[in-house]
Amino acid sequence: MAFLELNNVSKGYGEGKNRTEVLRNINLHINEGEFVAIVGFTGSGKTTLVSLINGLLMPDQGEVLFKGEPITGPGHERGVIFQNYSLLPWFTVFQNVVLAVDEVFPHMSKADKEQHVKKYVEMVNLTPALEKRPAELSGGMRQRVAVARALAMNPEMLIMDEPLSALDALTRGTLQEEIIKIWDENKRTALLITNDVDEGILMADRIIPLNPGPNATLGPEFEINIERPRDKTALNSNDDFKKTRNEIIEYLMDIGTEAKTKKINNYTLPDLKPIMPGKIFKKRTEKDRLKYF
Amino acid sequence: MKTIAIKVLTFTGMRWGVPFIKLFSGEEAKTQLKEIGQTVGIPLAAIVTFLFLWSVTASQIETSLGAVPGPIQVAEQAKSLWIEHVEERAKADAFYERQEIRNAAKLAKNPAATVKIIDYTGKPTYWDQIITSLKTVFMGFVIASLIALPIGVLCGLSKNAMQAMSPIIQVFKPVSPLAWLPIVTMIVSAVYVTNDGFFEKSFIISAITVSLCSLWATLINTSLGVSSVNKDYINVARVLQLSPMKKTFKIVLPATLPLIFTGLRISLGVGWMVLIAAEMLAQNPGLGKFVWDEFQNGSSNSLARIMVAVFTVGIIGFFLDRIMVALQKAVSFDKGAVVA
Ligand SMILES: Nc1ncnc2c1ncn2[C@@H]1O[C@H](COP(=O)(O)OP(=O)(O)OP(=O)(O)O)[C@@H](O)[C@H]1O
Ligand SMILES: [Mg+2]
Repeated sequence: MAFLELNNVSKGYGEGKNRTEVLRNINLHINEGEFVAIVGFTGSGKTTLVSLINGLLMPDQGEVLFKGEPITGPGHERGVIFQNYSLLPWFTVFQNVVLAVDEVFPHMSKADKEQHVKKYVEMVNLTPALEKRPAELSGGMRQRVAVARALAMNPEMLIMDEPLSALDALTRGTLQEEIIKIWDENKRTALLITNDVDEGILMADRIIPLNPGPNATLGPEFEINIERPRDKTALNSNDDFKKTRNEIIEYLMDIGTEAKTKKINNYTLPDLKPIMPGKIFKKRTEKDRLKYF
Repeated sequence: MKTIAIKVLTFTGMRWGVPFIKLFSGEEAKTQLKEIGQTVGIPLAAIVTFLFLWSVTASQIETSLGAVPGPIQVAEQAKSLWIEHVEERAKADAFYERQEIRNAAKLAKNPAATVKIIDYTGKPTYWDQIITSLKTVFMGFVIASLIALPIGVLCGLSKNAMQAMSPIIQVFKPVSPLAWLPIVTMIVSAVYVTNDGFFEKSFIISAITVSLCSLWATLINTSLGVSSVNKDYINVARVLQLSPMKKTFKIVLPATLPLIFTGLRISLGVGWMVLIAAEMLAQNPGLGKFVWDEFQNGSSNSLARIMVAVFTVGIIGFFLDRIMVALQKAVSFDKGAVVA
């Protein structure tokens, strides 16, 4: 039994005519202690997938199991880093983090809580901003607060929705290492959503592409067998890394162009002879040909 | 000191005072003077023009009470209203002094004598009338808030409550205080029958009329605020599994406060505006009654005195609004969003 299981999960939004099918037939098994990364294009349904796992959304079809039990809602054992930080603007950095700590560790003494919060704020290098409100922070600093809040909850599974996308390369590198360290030390399970293949390879045991939606499905998974600890600079000259990286990027480019083609063919074009670029021309089916000529 | 003064001015939306403070504290005179020219000079010029046009046109129009008063006559009446107030207070003081002496003498003669303390019954001065009006509008505002806030929160939380309240709000919102007043008068007269109650009947009637006109803005803004709390914040509450209490006080209310205060600010403004009409008809001894009495009185000074009341209402309204802006800013997490 996997730690987290998604079996034949489908999810869409809206009703009737406004209905959009986002995810279809998603099967994902994550084992305890594993670090899985999902890469995908924008709008493919990554956040939707995350919401199904953190319990904010329920699947239309299929089941989401956490340690064998169906997920019925959010829980402290699954910590989330939201894509849009979701900090509360009327609270300071400290208050934002302590709000989470209060809920997860209700029996901790006040001094211990404070200690705990400060430890994680220090980890993301925000101690000088402890008493600042989100409005006074840069985008990257906000994202780091969100990281600290999730880590401070000490969850069994860490669900991260593009947690580092707004950061500069340097901070990004530090936080990647921090997250891996925490994951490794406590033998957590982690799911990372990212749009950065390199980040995925650096951090994850497996990378799974999410194909573009609507009706997005998961692509073939890529095992990353590079030994840990992985060093970012050393990776660049690692043959395994280069090979995996190229494979994944090639796959993503292929499904990317395919999706675009699909989209273009879906347009109802005016009564003109369109001049189509070569690649798309080749991929057109017999039916499309009838439509255009 | 300087920074505090600047903060206060900025906070109450009176930024035009800032360059003066900077100038007096010796910051680059040229920039400050230029800013003063812009923020104070232009409005000042407009006011002077207004006063000029007013005094020129006013003297052209003859009414049954004489020529329409110009700024000078109005200023004179403002002064005479103040003098009347001071004189009336002196009279009252003298009255109480005499009474005290009389009572002391009585007690000296016979220590067992009962002394009566009689209240002075002079007519209310202009200043008293302003205070009464402020009390009335405050009372009306409190009643309106006590009704509008809970209903607003309820409507914001429940779609059904909103559906239920919506037609009532839509229909009653545009009703003028003049229409409410007779109804309120009849009902209050029927219900509040004691003659020696804590409040004057006319005071209650005016206050309730004010609330009936002003509660809608708070109600609508509160329900809008509560129903449109950013989904991200709600998601945080859900993921952290906050209790309903914590969710309300740590997430929903802080997120809604700016809009609630926008509503309260509009409510107070509307309340102050309709107050004059309400007091006029309810004969509550405030500014409205002052205007009405002067109108009935019809002396040669009446128009000028009514104009003093107009300016008083305007200036007090302005300050009430500034106070609300300051409160609104104090509770808003996004300080820049408050429109002064
Ligand atoms: N609450 C919603 N109601 C209706 N449609 C939605 C809702 N949330 C998302 N969608 C749609 O579902 C699709 C997938 O959205 P989702 O946010 O999961 O994408 P994503 O992969 O996370 O994108 P990004 O990389 O930009 O974060 C999009 O087409 C979006 O318009
Ligand atoms: Mg997303």
